[in-house]
Amino acid sequence: MPLTDSLRDDILSSVPSLRAFAISLCGNADRADDLVQETLLRALANIDSFQPGSNLPAWLFTILRNLFRSDYRKRRREVEDAEGNYAKTLKTQPAQGAHLEFEEFRAALDKLPQDQREALILVGASGFSYEDAAMICGCAIGTIKSRVNRARSKLAALLYVDGAEDFGPDETVRAVMGGSGG
Amino acid sequence: MSDLKSQASKNAAPGKHGGLSAEIQSRIGHQLRAMYDDVVRQGVPDRFVELVRKLDGPAATPKAGESGNDNGQNDGRE
Repeated sequence: MPLTDSLRDDILSSVPSLRAFAISLCGNADRADDLVQETLLRALANIDSFQPGSNLPAWLFTILRNLFRSDYRKRRREVEDAEGNYAKTLKTQPAQGAHLEFEEFRAALDKLPQDQREALILVGASGFSYEDAAMICGCAIGTIKSRVNRARSKLAALLYVDGAEDFGPDETVRAVMGGSGG
Repeated sequence: MSDLKSQASKNAAPGKHGGLSAEIQSRIGHQLRAMYDDVVRQGVPDRFVELVRKLDGPAATPKAGESGNDNGQNDGRE
């Protein structure tokens, strides 16, 4: 499809949710924006392969996810080594009141396996259908459904049920954040 | 919020059949969207507006991707 002004506008209007998806994947705002930039460059360079009338956000999300996956594979060791720092990037805002709840959630989300996290975000936050999410992740619809269900169960266990008597929210956050030590 | 768990655990009966209460599901959904929308509300950073508006299609893109001069100026502006 030719790169018309209206197509450029459509691409731009996907940027806010691409950023939100990228941040939820990699947990680091700077790296997320690099990922978005790379996604846009890739999309513009390959705009010929976009089918007019098909789902542009889903196409862009697919590119971003694939870039993240290949980048992640390359950087896996680096990420593992930096796990302590990785958790610290989440502590960008003062942990009080609503922020504490936010960070607690964020930390729990980061404990999910990557497959489950991305499925949950795509369906539960980005608002994609199971079908679109399956296309973006390159798997079956049933696989997405089961990943989303497992993600929800695990989040519920981490946040709302397990250890409710043993840990206050403060302890839970500290345990999650500090689990890998430094 | 310190009442997050106490409130929710009253209503929660997860695990037995792999299902979660509607209350828990809606809490998770709400928090997920709050986190996500926090970023969405930031809109489109200038660097991406410039990038998408300036770059041409397939033919010119590799060239434009390398010429950091023009793009570099925009980082700190606005």
